[in-house]
Amino acid sequence: MASLKALKGRINSVKSTQKITKAMKMVAAAKLRRAQANAEAGRPYATRLSDVVSSLASRITVGPQSPKLIAGTGKDETHLIIVASGDRGLAGAFNTNITKAARAKAEELIAEGKTVYFYLVGRKSKPVLRRVFPDTIIGEHDTSQEKNPSYDTAQVIADDIIDRFNSGRFDVAHLAYAEFKSTLSQVPQVDQLIPVKPADAGEETEGASAAVEYEPDEEAILADLLPKNVAIQIYRAMLENQAGFYGSQMTAMDNATRNAGDMINRLSIQYNRQRQAAITTELVEIISGAEAL
Amino acid sequence: MALHFELVTPERLERSGEAHMVVVPGVEGDFGVMEGHAPFMTTLKNGQLEIHTSAGGEPERVTVSGGFAEVGANGLTVLTEKVEG
Repeated sequence: MASLKALKGRINSVKSTQKITKAMKMVAAAKLRRAQANAEAGRPYATRLSDVVSSLASRITVGPQSPKLIAGTGKDETHLIIVASGDRGLAGAFNTNITKAARAKAEELIAEGKTVYFYLVGRKSKPVLRRVFPDTIIGEHDTSQEKNPSYDTAQVIADDIIDRFNSGRFDVAHLAYAEFKSTLSQVPQVDQLIPVKPADAGEETEGASAAVEYEPDEEAILADLLPKNVAIQIYRAMLENQAGFYGSQMTAMDNATRNAGDMINRLSIQYNRQRQAAITTELVEIISGAEAL
Repeated sequence: MALHFELVTPERLERSGEAHMVVVPGVEGDFGVMEGHAPFMTTLKNGQLEIHTSAGGEPERVTVSGGFAEVGANGLTVLTEKVEG
């Protein structure tokens, strides 16, 4: 049985832990609101761009002269998985889930006999991937110094990846991140980034678009837009991650706070029982001492 | 009698509203867009976007770097990476 003093000490230590988790929860909630607003503000650009790219892509016939970003390299051998994870922990299973999804994808590709490389955005997926797939991380980008994801960063990452693609380092790129569904649910996602998947036929919007005039021509516009599309996809993944991270952290810290509360209750009951037992023993001793006189 | 005009950057919807005419720096030359312009799409060069809120008025100038412009049935949409001014 722990002594009264030891119990008191434990109660106090759990109480201060609870204070910290409570504060972290509130900070995460405030940041979540910001991150969500950012994610929403970025949406118009992303939707418009992907609309235009897919409508253009469905209008040109993909041939060997088409931009490589849409036509592919003609091979399907080397795959690059870009893993966008958080930079910090204490957010429940958030980073683990993204890493797990990337890992599952990699294992699936390796089983098909492909070569898989990783490019990491954010720090948290590195330890696991480095252990499970040694020597496959060909690049990484540290975002831990930035408060909010910026488009400039996404652009730098995209340029780096497109450079590697153009020099033939890989044939297909996938992007792993967590889609922000709600505070309680972030769904890990692995999307194909390069080459651009052609839009489903029959999804052609207004028939009036046939009369659109292009300057210069469709192909040139497409060649200009495709790298932008890569950047915006990465940017979107970073924004979704940011929102998801804070959502996950908020939930995790809420749980931790509640657990700490339960623990304090349990310890307090134990403490009070022991205190009463001690008082009773003392009383019995005094009374029997008095009777003996 | 007004053109619906939207200026969008990756970070946010920079501007959305009505204008009399907007002059856009296209790669193959600047062009003005007024209401009822034919459907048109072009990439942009770095340059200045002129927003004329009313006919004959002094235009508001915004520096844009790269991107593209689309003119459709619902007006003019300019997607650019950076906006200044």
